[in-house]
Amino acid sequence: MAAKRMSLRDKYNRMTRDLAWDFSYQDPKKIFEQADFEGIKIEDWDKWEDPFRLTMDAYWKYQGEKERKLYAIIDAFAQNNGQLNITDARYVNAIKLFLTGVSPLEYMAHRGFAMIGRQLPGVGPQVACQMQSLDELRHVQTQIHTISHYNKYFNGFQDFRHMHDRVWYLSVPKSFFDDAASAGPFEFITAISFSFEYVLTNLLFMPFMSGAAYNGDMATVTFGFSAQSDEARHMTLGLEVVKFMLEQHPDNLPIVQRWIDKWFWRGYRLLTLVGMMMDYMLPKRVMSWKEAWEMYFEQNGGALFNDLARYGIRMPKYWEQTVAEKGLISHAAWGTFYNYCHAAPFHTWIPEKDELDWLSEKYPDTFDKFFRPRYEHWAEQEKQGKRFYNPSLPMLCTTCQIPMVFPEASDPTLTSYRSSVHNGERYHFCSDGCKDIFDHEPEKYVQSWLPVHQIFQGNCGGATVPDVLDWYHLRDGIDNREYLASPDRANWERWKAGEEEAAELPKAAAG
Amino acid sequence: MPVKAIRENYAFEPKDVEKNFHGNRIVYVGWDHHLMFCAPVAFPLPPDMPFGALVEQVIPGAFGMHPDFPQIQWNAVQWRLDGEPFTPDMQKSLDANGVRHKSVVRMFTPGLNGIGGSGS
Repeated sequence: MAAKRMSLRDKYNRMTRDLAWDFSYQDPKKIFEQADFEGIKIEDWDKWEDPFRLTMDAYWKYQGEKERKLYAIIDAFAQNNGQLNITDARYVNAIKLFLTGVSPLEYMAHRGFAMIGRQLPGVGPQVACQMQSLDELRHVQTQIHTISHYNKYFNGFQDFRHMHDRVWYLSVPKSFFDDAASAGPFEFITAISFSFEYVLTNLLFMPFMSGAAYNGDMATVTFGFSAQSDEARHMTLGLEVVKFMLEQHPDNLPIVQRWIDKWFWRGYRLLTLVGMMMDYMLPKRVMSWKEAWEMYFEQNGGALFNDLARYGIRMPKYWEQTVAEKGLISHAAWGTFYNYCHAAPFHTWIPEKDELDWLSEKYPDTFDKFFRPRYEHWAEQEKQGKRFYNPSLPMLCTTCQIPMVFPEASDPTLTSYRSSVHNGERYHFCSDGCKDIFDHEPEKYVQSWLPVHQIFQGNCGGATVPDVLDWYHLRDGIDNREYLASPDRANWERWKAGEEEAAELPKAAAG
Repeated sequence: MPVKAIRENYAFEPKDVEKNFHGNRIVYVGWDHHLMFCAPVAFPLPPDMPFGALVEQVIPGAFGMHPDFPQIQWNAVQWRLDGEPFTPDMQKSLDANGVRHKSVVRMFTPGLNGIGGSGS
């Protein structure tokens, strides 16, 4: 007699909930030794409602289908020299930023979800974390495979993983994720699944993927689409976890609120890089950072926190500050990379006249008053052969590790300085948000690996800029500096002029 | 408030204590209303360096390319040390002037408001 097919519900129960067992001869506290120390109290893991009801066999099937589609499109992109269809070679620098700054975080997310899937005592979240861990591994792989095509034609991609651990600005995303991964399992999932994926992810994926679509980068659009259904699942997990903790015990509320405050601020500071990308690195722009923040945080985020008010959750601390400075941060960030792109594996440039006009229009209160004169001065200097590079190393924020570039919202001609003294040592911060995070857990952040201090301590290959660039594996004059003088631009102009057939193109400048 | 950790006595020596800088201390210098220099800058300096040497030998290398720089009237500069107004003694050392490891020295140059008055 043929076996009766299981209903979806039975199948789900057999292949998720039934995978757990009761421990008869080991103390559960020893098995899940990280489950209690953060102070989160869970009365009953069986109350966990799985929002997806996805079983492992179905998961493999869906993911396999997505992979086949993705790789077919990537192949076609390569065969048709898709890199020549982008709007402008300046655009490729946004992809360099993505590969060096974001893709390694996908890998860290893979590791993080594997770790907490082992540590959370409930089988529902264990299975969800296992799937997400695999998703993240798939994302980093598909991103590397897709972007590897650009590596054949443009500079700066070749050593992204090495750079992620060493280059000054990459300590910003790296330390963000290391902070989460060195926390307990409940803080990690609140940080990554809720605060980042649920509240802020639209501000990472939307700008990069729409930016790619607007700028003819069909390869990036494709891995974005391939990841999108996974992202929807990750967001749902983030919201479910937060609601679950809040429903399980009233003592969890202040802990969860503090984590939301912390990780909202950390994620928001990290998104400064995205804001800069949107306003400066897309030759064809989608929307301004300010507009995106208004739409995705002020409106959508506001609605989310209204929904969570019934659990006692309020808006993340210092959200008002994000609104007060939305006309400032992307410009401060691009100015920073303009100052220091001799030490970064991508190029910067002064926006062209119509692009400056776009910025003036999108930022009527701030751009002409505080930033445009700076760019016009730099452009003039560049024309005279005196392209400005900052000759000194910047002071960094101890928490977010971004150089202290954020202006006071009340007077954008002044740097925002904050500081704390802990055990007789002085520490500096870019904002009240970053200072609060330090003050709550100073023991953690006194260990910050601040790139500028590490250079001065002699831990980064030597005392001179060429020493440090070697240690970064960054090829001076090829991977870095002004776009106008770059081999990337020279190659692009040559290709677009049709002097050579694309099929015969040599690889971009050899190292 | 101490960090919650899975181990007891979660405490480490800070990574950036002064003794790690080979006899120097870190001094940050910022120029108010001149944010063309995107952030205050950091220098490893010997504590016995005279404050005057900071002004004459270090600061020009950092900010000298700014069109406002040649117009600075140094006797009119208003200084802040770690947020408080102060009057440095140019002959005395950084240490004798109270400049500690990771101190912030800020200079405000009256009448100079950055490129086109934009604070750049």
